[in-house]
This record gives sequence, C-alpha cells and structure tokens, in this order.
Amino acid sequence: MKLKTWGLKKSIWVFHVSSGACNNCDIEVLDCLTPKFDIERFGMVLVGSVRHADVLLCCGAITRQSAPRIKRLYEQAAKPCFVVAIGGCACSGGIFKGSYSIAGPYDKIIPVHAYIPGCPPKPEAIIAGVVKLLSTLK
Amino acid sequence: MKTVIPIGPYHPLQEEPELFYLTLDGETVVDVDVRLGYNHRGIEKIAESKTWDQITFLIERICGICSTSHPIAYCNAVEDCAGIEIPERAKYIRSIIGELERIHSHLLWLGLAGHFLGYNTLFMWAWKWREPVLDLFEQTTGNRNHYAMIKIGGARRDIKNEDIPAIRKCVDSLVAPLEMITKAAIDDPVLHARLKGVGVLKKEDAIKYCVVGPTARASGVAIDVRKDEPHAAYDMVEWNVITQESGDVFAKAVVRLLEMFESIKIIQQCLDGLEKTKGAEFCVEVENIPPGDGIGRYEAPRGETYHYVRSDGTNCPVRHKIRAPTYVNLPSFKASCIGQTISDVAITLASIDPCYCCTERTAIIDSKNGKKEHLGEKELIRLSQEKTQKIRKKLGNQEGQSPFFLEK
Repeated sequence: MKLKTWGLKKSIWVFHVSSGACNNCDIEVLDCLTPKFDIERFGMVLVGSVRHADVLLCCGAITRQSAPRIKRLYEQAAKPCFVVAIGGCACSGGIFKGSYSIAGPYDKIIPVHAYIPGCPPKPEAIIAGVVKLLSTLK
Repeated sequence: MKTVIPIGPYHPLQEEPELFYLTLDGETVVDVDVRLGYNHRGIEKIAESKTWDQITFLIERICGICSTSHPIAYCNAVEDCAGIEIPERAKYIRSIIGELERIHSHLLWLGLAGHFLGYNTLFMWAWKWREPVLDLFEQTTGNRNHYAMIKIGGARRDIKNEDIPAIRKCVDSLVAPLEMITKAAIDDPVLHARLKGVGVLKKEDAIKYCVVGPTARASGVAIDVRKDEPHAAYDMVEWNVITQESGDVFAKAVVRLLEMFESIKIIQQCLDGLEKTKGAEFCVEVENIPPGDGIGRYEAPRGETYHYVRSDGTNCPVRHKIRAPTYVNLPSFKASCIGQTISDVAITLASIDPCYCCTERTAIIDSKNGKKEHLGEKELIRLSQEKTQKIRKKLGNQEGQSPFFLEK
C-alpha cells in the first residue's frame, strides 16, 4: 500500500458538496454527525474547507451554474482525493434528468470513486459506502 | 469606509445555495442584497412533461425538508381545478404527515440556530430528538424523507390502525424534551443577550414585505393558511396560531418552539379521527383532470407554499407555478439585517429558516483599495460564536453551567 493512501485509511476528513440537491441528502450527511450515527467514531470529520478534505461527499444533480464551481472545488482538493456521489441525482441525474438547467450527474464533470444510490440514502448506507470505499484502497 | 461582503453561494450546512452581498460600514451592516439561481433545476418546466400523478413525486424533491408541504399544496390545486372532495380519513392522514414534518423541520432549525450561536449541545440534542420522528416516518410511510404519502384524491397509502399506539407513544415522548428545551431557551440569560432585540422585523415592515409563516407570526401578524383557508383536517381539530409581538430572532425561536406543541396537539386529535374512521376509504378514484385552473396553498414549516396549475384536459399540466416561502421571506432582510453587526448577521439570516446555505466562501472586499480577504463559512460562524463566549463571560455563565446541563 502506498504511504499516502495508508495515511488516509485511519482518519478521513470529508467535505460536503451540494450542487442542486433537494437538500435531503445533505441533511442525511449531516445526520451522520449526530449522536445516533456518530461517524466520528470511524475517524471521519466534516471539514469546512475542501483543501483539508480527503473525501468529497457530493449530493444533487449538477446545475449549469454550479458545474464550473464543482470542477474548481475538485481541482483545489489535495490529491489523493476520493469522490462519493450520494443519492440518485448525483449518481445519474435522478428525477431532474433532461432538464434544461442540469449539466449532468457527477461522473460527467469530475471522476467519481463510489456511488451510493437512494432517494435519499439512509445514513447507514452513506457510512457503509464510505467504509467500503476505504476498504478498496491499495 | 464601506466594505462589501459576499456570502455564498455554497455552504455545507444548509439547503439551496443563495448569494448575499452585505455592505458594511465598520462592523455595522448598511445594506444587503440577495442573488438566487444556483440551485435552479427547472422543476416547473419538468412538471409540464410529466403526468399529473408523476408530478407529486417530482415536487416532493423541490425541498427535502418541506417534502409533504409541496405535494399537499399541489394536490389542493389539482383538486380545486377538478372539483374533487377528498375522504375524511385522507384529511387526517395529510394533517398527521404535515405536522410530523413541521416538528422535524423546526427541530432541525433549532439545532442549526444553536450551532450558529456556539451552542453545539443544542445542535446535537435537537437532532437527537428529531430521529424518533424520522423513525416514525420510516415506520408509517416507508422512507425517512420523501414520504410519497400524498396523492391527488387523498393519500397514497393508509396509516394502519395497529400503528397508532406506537405513533401516539412516540409523539408523547417528544413533549418532555421539548418542554425542557423551551424552558431552557426562554430562561437562558446568554440567549436573551444574544437574541433579544437582534434582527427586529417590525409589524409594519412584516406587512410591507409580505412575509409569511413563523417570520410573520413572530412580528405579530397572525396569518396561517391552516386557519385562514382550512383544508385537510385543520378545521376539524382544536389548535391555536402562535404569535409573538417583538419580531426579533428570540420571538422567531419562541414561535417555532411553541408551534411544535400545537403540532403535537393536532396529531393527537387526528389520530383519534383515524381511530373513528377505521376501514374507511382514504383515496377517491380520479379519472381525468378537466380543462381549467386551480390554486392550492399549504402552510409549510417556513410559511405559505402556493401552487398554481392550468389544465387543458390532457394528462399533463400546461403550466405549473410554484412559490415557496423562503423566496417571499428573503426581502425582509432589508428591514431586519440593516443596522446589525456582522456577528449578528449569521443568526439573523438564519432566523427566517431559509435555505441560508451560502457562507461556504466569504470574501471581504475593501471598496477603497479593492483588496480581497477570503473568509470561510467557518469564519462567520466563528464571529457569531465568539460573541456568545464574550457575553457568557460577562454574565459569569460558563459553558458547564448552561441551563441545558442543569436540567438533567
């Protein structure tokens, strides 16, 4: 295992990106922080700046106005940085697919490493998805 | 010297992104401007390409937190257009789901407001008590959010009478923590110093800016669609419209706290109604929607949601217009933010329970030399939290002695 990814495994810092979601996936991501789910026991901490982040938790289909900003966010993140698409909209565009103001799902704009489908996925599913991503690191 | 601070458009904590420009003179806000459109998904246009029944699923996804308010308003509009009368049991089901949603939304706001003020204990506790409500949703509707319970002509699925004792027990168990938090918030000297007289929206201004929901009710304007234009089961149960006179952030918090008790009252009475109508039908068959137009309104947790539909007799609407409460409440910042200090802005903007999603990137631009200073969303919240710390020290109230801890 490379030193960089080995360092990632124990304590990942996540940044939350919302780009035209209905806000439900965002709330479920926040829910992971609260006492019932408490992702901090896995060493995951939600950070306020993308420059500190190891994993981007992305919610929502990308609107035309947010597409260039999402690209810039990804460029600013220190590599290796993993992208997790959360919810049907982030994975495929979901119910908003085909709208004039949607630039596409996440994998059209930036590379995506894990998909967590659901509308919205439960916090358990989000935690399981991120843990699964970590277990594939080499 | 004046400085302009853009707040937004992205913020990791909240709903739709918006961009605020705050013009400052020293530390005092002299002007505020709002830009919208970062979260525009073209829902009204998509609605025109979907059938009447499919639209209920689409508009649930306007906002994840008001995901029952929009379908209720939309179904009211379609039922107004087609002249459909819904069965009594469906009315009770709609009210129960709507009020449960109000409780979880107000708890969510309370937690975020606590976070902005540096009361992270309140954030964790409020969200902890929100969980039983979400579990209840999962039990009765099948999903924690996006319940898909509302259908044109009634409800999509029934609430089983066997589930009623569990719902009753869960709702009753919320009363004690809500009472504790209400008492703690109303008696806490730090919260008084931090929230009273902050972000005041006077009654005249509230009427002038046409604000809705808790924002209007905290300024003494007693408007509530549930009372003014009763639909669902709201005219069949006893409840009160909560108002406060002062119009500051404190009043808005109190209105929301007390509204949760009214919601619990409504749910209990609706559950009685469900018990009485056991086995009755909960949805009428809708064949087609005749040409014409209809208007539907519902009191969402944030205020009045308004839907307009126009039908030409086919299975899709020709036009679907939506007006959400935050859009109406935003201009009131012109009255409530101006004259405040920058550290009070975070909570004042949050006080209308907006989709104040925007302080991920804050740049301070000095208008004289054009120098830019970038602040994160954390900076703004930090300013707010530091002010609370200062007040705490002044009052001799250390974090360990906060009433939230004393209660238990």
